[in-house]
Amino acid sequence: MKVSINGKKTDIENGATIEKLLVSLGIRPEGIAVEINKEIVPRAGHGRTIIKENDSIEIIRMAGGG
Amino acid sequence: MKINDALKIGGRTFASRLMVGSGKYPSNEVMKNALEESGAEVVTVAVRRVDLKNPSDSFLGHIDLSRYTILPNTAACYTAEDAIRTARLAREALSTDLVKLEVIGDEKTLFPDNEELLKAAKVLVKEGFIVLPYVSDDPIMAKKLEDIGCAAVMPLAAPIGSGLGIRNPYNIRIILETVKIPVIVDAGVGTASDAAIAMELGCDGVLMNTAIAGAKDPVKMARAMRLAVEAGRLAFLSGRIPKKLYATASSPIEGMIE
Repeated sequence: MKVSINGKKTDIENGATIEKLLVSLGIRPEGIAVEINKEIVPRAGHGRTIIKENDSIEIIRMAGGG
Repeated sequence: MKINDALKIGGRTFASRLMVGSGKYPSNEVMKNALEESGAEVVTVAVRRVDLKNPSDSFLGHIDLSRYTILPNTAACYTAEDAIRTARLAREALSTDLVKLEVIGDEKTLFPDNEELLKAAKVLVKEGFIVLPYVSDDPIMAKKLEDIGCAAVMPLAAPIGSGLGIRNPYNIRIILETVKIPVIVDAGVGTASDAAIAMELGCDGVLMNTAIAGAKDPVKMARAMRLAVEAGRLAFLSGRIPKKLYATASSPIEGMIE
Protein backbone atom coordinates (compact mmCIF):
# COMPACT_ATOMS: atom_id res chain seq x y z
CA MET A 1 0.00 0.00 0.00
CA LYS A 2 1.06 3.57 -0.59
CA VAL A 3 1.95 5.88 2.26
CA SER A 4 3.99 9.02 2.61
CA ILE A 5 7.12 8.83 4.79
CA ASN A 6 8.89 12.10 5.50
CA GLY A 7 7.23 13.64 2.49
CA LYS A 8 8.13 10.80 0.13
CA LYS A 9 5.53 8.47 -1.42
CA THR A 10 6.54 4.92 -0.53
CA ASP A 11 5.13 1.42 -0.95
CA ILE A 12 5.02 -0.60 2.26
CA GLU A 13 3.66 -3.97 3.33
CA ASN A 14 -0.09 -4.05 4.08
CA GLY A 15 -0.94 -4.00 7.77
CA ALA A 16 2.55 -3.08 8.94
CA THR A 17 2.95 -1.63 12.42
CA ILE A 18 5.20 1.35 13.12
CA GLU A 19 7.63 -0.98 14.83
CA LYS A 20 7.87 -3.14 11.69
CA LEU A 21 8.22 -0.09 9.47
CA LEU A 22 11.10 1.26 11.55
CA VAL A 23 12.87 -2.10 11.37
CA SER A 24 12.41 -2.27 7.59
CA LEU A 25 13.78 1.27 7.23
CA GLY A 26 16.75 0.49 9.48
CA ILE A 27 15.80 3.11 12.06
CA ARG A 28 16.43 2.36 15.72
CA PRO A 29 13.61 3.56 17.96
CA GLU A 30 15.85 5.47 20.40
CA GLY A 31 15.84 9.25 20.12
CA ILE A 32 13.17 9.42 17.43
CA ALA A 33 9.51 10.40 17.34
CA VAL A 34 6.83 9.25 14.95
CA GLU A 35 3.72 11.08 13.81
CA ILE A 36 0.89 9.66 11.75
CA ASN A 37 -1.29 12.33 10.13
CA LYS A 38 0.18 14.95 12.51
CA GLU A 39 -0.62 12.92 15.65
CA ILE A 40 2.31 11.61 17.68
CA VAL A 41 2.30 7.89 18.27
CA PRO A 42 4.10 7.37 21.61
CA ARG A 43 6.95 4.89 21.60
CA ALA A 44 4.96 2.41 23.72
CA GLY A 45 2.34 2.25 20.96
CA HIS A 46 4.67 1.52 18.04
CA GLY A 47 4.14 -2.24 18.24
CA ARG A 48 0.36 -2.09 18.10
CA THR A 49 -0.24 0.85 15.77
CA ILE A 50 -1.12 -0.39 12.30
CA ILE A 51 -0.39 1.92 9.38
CA LYS A 52 -3.22 2.51 6.91
CA GLU A 53 -3.21 3.30 3.20
CA ASN A 54 -2.40 6.96 2.43
CA ASP A 55 -1.19 7.68 5.96
CA SER A 56 1.26 10.52 6.17
CA ILE A 57 4.11 9.46 8.43
CA GLU A 58 6.80 11.70 9.86
CA ILE A 59 9.86 10.24 11.57
CA ILE A 60 12.10 12.79 13.26
CA ARG A 61 15.24 12.89 15.34
CA MET A 62 17.60 15.58 16.55
CA ALA A 63 19.97 17.47 14.27
CA GLY A 64 22.53 20.19 14.91
CA GLY A 65 20.93 23.55 15.65
CA GLY A 66 21.14 26.77 17.62
CA MET B 1 38.09 30.73 42.76
CA LYS B 2 34.86 29.05 43.71
CA ILE B 3 31.67 31.02 43.83
CA ASN B 4 28.27 29.72 44.68
CA ASP B 5 26.48 31.27 41.76
CA ALA B 6 24.43 28.65 39.98
CA LEU B 7 21.88 29.36 37.28
CA LYS B 8 18.48 27.88 38.05
CA ILE B 9 15.95 27.29 35.28
CA GLY B 10 12.80 25.21 35.58
CA GLY B 11 14.01 23.31 38.63
CA ARG B 12 17.40 22.55 37.08
CA THR B 13 20.69 23.99 38.26
CA PHE B 14 23.64 24.84 36.04
CA ALA B 15 27.13 25.92 37.04
CA SER B 16 27.82 27.37 33.59
CA ARG B 17 25.96 30.40 32.31
CA LEU B 18 26.94 29.77 28.71
CA MET B 19 24.57 27.73 26.55
CA VAL B 20 25.67 26.65 23.12
CA GLY B 21 24.14 25.50 19.87
CA SER B 22 25.20 22.44 17.92
CA GLY B 23 24.66 23.67 14.37
CA LYS B 24 27.03 24.65 11.57
CA TYR B 25 30.25 23.16 12.93
CA PRO B 26 32.83 22.15 10.30
CA SER B 27 32.73 18.60 11.71
CA ASN B 28 31.28 16.63 14.60
CA GLU B 29 34.78 16.28 16.03
CA VAL B 30 35.27 20.07 16.12
CA MET B 31 31.83 20.42 17.72
CA LYS B 32 32.69 17.88 20.39
CA ASN B 33 35.89 19.72 21.28
CA ALA B 34 34.20 23.11 21.18
CA LEU B 35 31.42 21.95 23.52
CA GLU B 36 34.08 20.67 25.89
CA GLU B 37 36.06 23.94 25.83
CA SER B 38 32.94 26.07 26.24
CA GLY B 39 32.19 24.51 29.62
CA ALA B 40 28.51 24.72 28.67
CA GLU B 41 26.06 22.30 30.23
CA VAL B 42 23.13 23.12 27.98
CA VAL B 43 23.31 22.31 24.26
CA THR B 44 20.57 23.19 21.81
CA VAL B 45 19.50 20.93 18.96
CA ALA B 46 16.93 21.09 16.15
CA VAL B 47 14.14 18.66 15.29
CA ARG B 48 14.46 17.32 11.76
CA ARG B 49 13.27 14.43 9.60
CA VAL B 50 15.31 11.23 9.79
CA ASP B 51 17.36 10.93 6.62
CA LEU B 52 15.92 7.75 5.11
CA LYS B 53 19.04 7.33 2.98
CA ASN B 54 21.16 7.33 6.10
CA PRO B 55 18.82 5.90 8.74
CA SER B 56 21.41 4.86 11.30
CA ASP B 57 23.10 8.28 11.49
CA SER B 58 22.34 9.72 14.92
CA PHE B 59 23.51 13.27 15.51
CA LEU B 60 23.01 12.88 19.26
CA GLY B 61 25.51 10.04 19.14
CA HIS B 62 28.19 12.73 18.86
CA ILE B 63 27.12 14.44 22.10
CA ASP B 64 27.82 12.98 25.54
CA LEU B 65 24.28 12.85 26.92
CA SER B 66 25.51 12.10 30.43
CA ARG B 67 27.24 15.52 30.48
CA TYR B 68 24.96 17.85 28.62
CA THR B 69 21.34 18.87 29.03
CA ILE B 70 19.79 18.81 25.58
CA LEU B 71 17.57 21.78 24.79
CA PRO B 72 15.52 21.15 21.63
CA ASN B 73 14.46 24.17 19.64
CA THR B 74 11.59 24.93 17.31
CA ALA B 75 13.81 26.72 14.80
CA ALA B 76 12.34 27.49 11.38
CA CYS B 77 8.76 27.31 12.65
CA TYR B 78 6.70 30.23 11.37
CA THR B 79 3.42 29.56 13.17
CA ALA B 80 2.39 28.71 16.73
CA GLU B 81 0.90 25.48 15.38
CA ASP B 82 4.18 24.32 13.83
CA ALA B 83 6.17 25.28 16.92
CA ILE B 84 3.80 23.39 19.23
CA ARG B 85 3.96 20.35 16.98
CA THR B 86 7.76 20.47 16.90
CA ALA B 87 8.00 20.86 20.69
CA ARG B 88 5.76 17.81 21.19
CA LEU B 89 7.90 15.76 18.79
CA ALA B 90 11.03 16.79 20.67
CA ARG B 91 9.46 15.77 23.97
CA GLU B 92 8.54 12.37 22.56
CA ALA B 93 12.00 11.83 21.05
CA LEU B 94 14.08 13.07 23.98
CA SER B 95 11.80 12.55 26.98
CA THR B 96 12.46 16.14 28.00
CA ASP B 97 10.08 18.92 28.99
CA LEU B 98 12.55 21.62 27.99
CA VAL B 99 11.97 23.62 24.84
CA LYS B 100 13.66 26.63 23.34
CA LEU B 101 10.59 28.10 21.73
CA GLU B 102 11.15 29.95 18.47
CA VAL B 103 8.42 31.24 16.21
CA ILE B 104 10.03 33.12 13.37
CA GLY B 105 8.27 36.03 11.71
CA ASP B 106 10.47 36.80 8.75
CA GLU B 107 13.07 34.90 6.75
CA LYS B 108 15.43 37.81 6.20
CA THR B 109 15.79 38.98 9.79
CA LEU B 110 14.68 35.79 11.58
CA PHE B 111 13.06 38.11 14.10
CA PRO B 112 10.49 36.44 16.32
CA ASP B 113 6.76 36.65 15.63
CA ASN B 114 5.90 37.64 19.17
CA GLU B 115 2.17 37.22 18.74
CA GLU B 116 2.50 33.60 17.59
CA LEU B 117 5.21 33.04 20.19
CA LEU B 118 2.91 34.01 23.05
CA LYS B 119 0.16 31.81 21.64
CA ALA B 120 2.49 28.80 21.42
CA ALA B 121 4.02 29.47 24.84
CA LYS B 122 0.59 29.47 26.50
CA VAL B 123 -0.29 26.07 25.06
CA LEU B 124 3.08 24.50 25.86
CA VAL B 125 3.18 25.82 29.45
CA LYS B 126 -0.27 24.31 29.99
CA GLU B 127 1.06 20.99 28.66
CA GLY B 128 3.82 21.02 31.26
CA PHE B 129 6.72 22.18 29.10
CA ILE B 130 9.54 24.25 30.55
CA VAL B 131 9.40 27.00 27.97
CA LEU B 132 12.40 29.18 27.13
CA PRO B 133 11.17 31.60 24.48
CA TYR B 134 13.39 33.38 21.97
CA VAL B 135 11.87 36.86 21.93
CA SER B 136 12.52 40.40 20.70
CA ASP B 137 14.35 42.67 23.14
CA ASP B 138 10.95 43.95 24.23
CA PRO B 139 10.26 44.32 27.96
CA ILE B 140 6.48 44.20 27.50
CA MET B 141 6.66 40.87 25.67
CA ALA B 142 9.14 39.55 28.23
CA LYS B 143 6.68 40.38 31.02
CA LYS B 144 3.79 38.72 29.18
CA LEU B 145 5.87 35.57 28.71
CA GLU B 146 6.76 35.57 32.40
CA ASP B 147 3.12 36.06 33.39
CA ILE B 148 1.94 33.03 31.42
CA GLY B 149 4.55 30.82 33.09
CA CYS B 150 7.70 30.71 30.96
CA ALA B 151 10.78 29.51 32.87
CA ALA B 152 13.09 32.15 31.34
CA VAL B 153 13.10 34.73 28.57
CA MET B 154 15.69 34.79 25.83
CA PRO B 155 15.80 38.20 24.20
CA LEU B 156 17.91 38.57 21.09
CA ALA B 157 21.01 40.74 21.13
CA ALA B 158 20.86 41.15 17.35
CA PRO B 159 19.57 39.04 14.43
CA ILE B 160 20.47 35.34 14.56
CA GLY B 161 23.92 34.70 13.12
CA SER B 162 24.58 38.43 12.55
CA GLY B 163 27.39 38.79 15.10
CA LEU B 164 26.36 42.41 15.68
CA GLY B 165 26.47 42.15 19.47
CA ILE B 166 24.07 43.79 21.94
CA ARG B 167 22.28 46.39 19.80
CA ASN B 168 20.10 47.71 22.59
CA PRO B 169 21.66 47.30 26.01
CA TYR B 170 19.09 49.68 27.48
CA ASN B 171 16.19 47.41 26.53
CA ILE B 172 18.04 44.43 27.97
CA ARG B 173 18.48 46.41 31.20
CA ILE B 174 14.78 47.25 31.30
CA ILE B 175 13.92 43.58 30.70
CA LEU B 176 16.19 42.66 33.61
CA GLU B 177 14.33 45.13 35.81
CA THR B 178 10.93 43.98 34.56
CA VAL B 179 11.02 40.21 34.99
CA LYS B 180 12.07 37.93 37.85
CA ILE B 181 12.71 34.84 35.71
CA PRO B 182 16.20 34.31 34.24
CA VAL B 183 17.11 36.46 31.23
CA ILE B 184 19.32 34.67 28.72
CA VAL B 185 20.60 36.72 25.79
CA ASP B 186 20.13 34.56 22.72
CA ALA B 187 21.38 35.32 19.22
CA GLY B 188 23.55 38.02 17.74
CA VAL B 189 26.72 37.59 19.78
CA GLY B 190 29.80 37.95 17.57
CA THR B 191 32.79 37.81 19.85
CA ALA B 192 33.84 37.47 23.47
CA SER B 193 33.26 41.11 24.46
CA ASP B 194 29.62 40.86 23.34
CA ALA B 195 29.08 37.97 25.74
CA ALA B 196 30.89 39.83 28.51
CA ILE B 197 28.71 42.90 27.98
CA ALA B 198 25.55 40.80 28.26
CA MET B 199 26.76 39.37 31.54
CA GLU B 200 27.96 42.75 32.86
CA LEU B 201 24.47 44.09 32.26
CA GLY B 202 23.26 41.44 34.70
CA CYS B 203 21.91 38.84 32.32
CA ASP B 204 21.65 35.36 33.76
CA GLY B 205 23.25 33.68 30.78
CA VAL B 206 24.09 33.80 27.10
CA LEU B 207 23.13 31.35 24.36
CA MET B 208 25.11 31.29 21.13
CA ASN B 209 25.83 29.08 18.15
CA THR B 210 27.28 30.84 15.10
CA ALA B 211 29.77 32.95 17.07
CA ILE B 212 31.54 29.73 18.07
CA ALA B 213 30.74 27.35 15.20
CA GLY B 214 31.49 29.95 12.53
CA ALA B 215 34.78 31.20 14.01
CA LYS B 216 37.98 30.25 12.19
CA ASP B 217 38.95 28.21 15.24
CA PRO B 218 35.69 27.20 16.96
CA VAL B 219 37.46 25.37 19.80
CA LYS B 220 39.50 28.45 20.77
CA MET B 221 36.47 30.70 20.42
CA ALA B 222 34.50 28.35 22.68
CA ARG B 223 37.12 28.90 25.37
CA ALA B 224 37.06 32.64 24.77
CA MET B 225 33.29 32.65 25.25
CA ARG B 226 33.54 30.60 28.41
CA LEU B 227 36.03 33.07 29.88
CA ALA B 228 34.00 36.08 28.69
CA VAL B 229 30.81 34.82 30.30
CA GLU B 230 32.65 34.07 33.55
CA ALA B 231 34.46 37.43 33.48
CA GLY B 232 31.29 39.35 32.71
CA ARG B 233 29.39 37.58 35.46
CA LEU B 234 32.12 38.23 38.03
CA ALA B 235 32.32 41.89 37.00
CA PHE B 236 28.55 42.21 37.41
CA LEU B 237 28.63 40.59 40.85
CA SER B 238 31.61 42.74 41.89
CA GLY B 239 29.83 46.04 41.25
CA ARG B 240 31.71 48.23 38.82
CA ILE B 241 32.91 51.73 39.66
CA PRO B 242 30.79 54.61 38.47
CA LYS B 243 31.84 56.29 35.22
CA LYS B 244 33.30 59.80 35.68
CA LEU B 245 34.38 62.41 33.19
CA TYR B 246 37.61 63.42 34.97
CA ALA B 247 40.54 61.57 36.48
CA THR B 248 40.86 60.34 40.06
CA ALA B 249 44.48 59.57 41.01
CA SER B 250 45.22 55.98 41.91
CA SER B 251 48.46 56.82 43.75
CA PRO B 252 48.46 58.81 47.00
CA ILE B 253 49.28 62.54 46.85
CA GLU B 254 50.91 62.42 50.31
CA GLY B 255 54.60 61.50 50.64
CA MET B 256 55.72 62.91 47.34
CA ILE B 257 59.42 63.82 47.17
CA GLU B 258 60.18 67.51 47.15
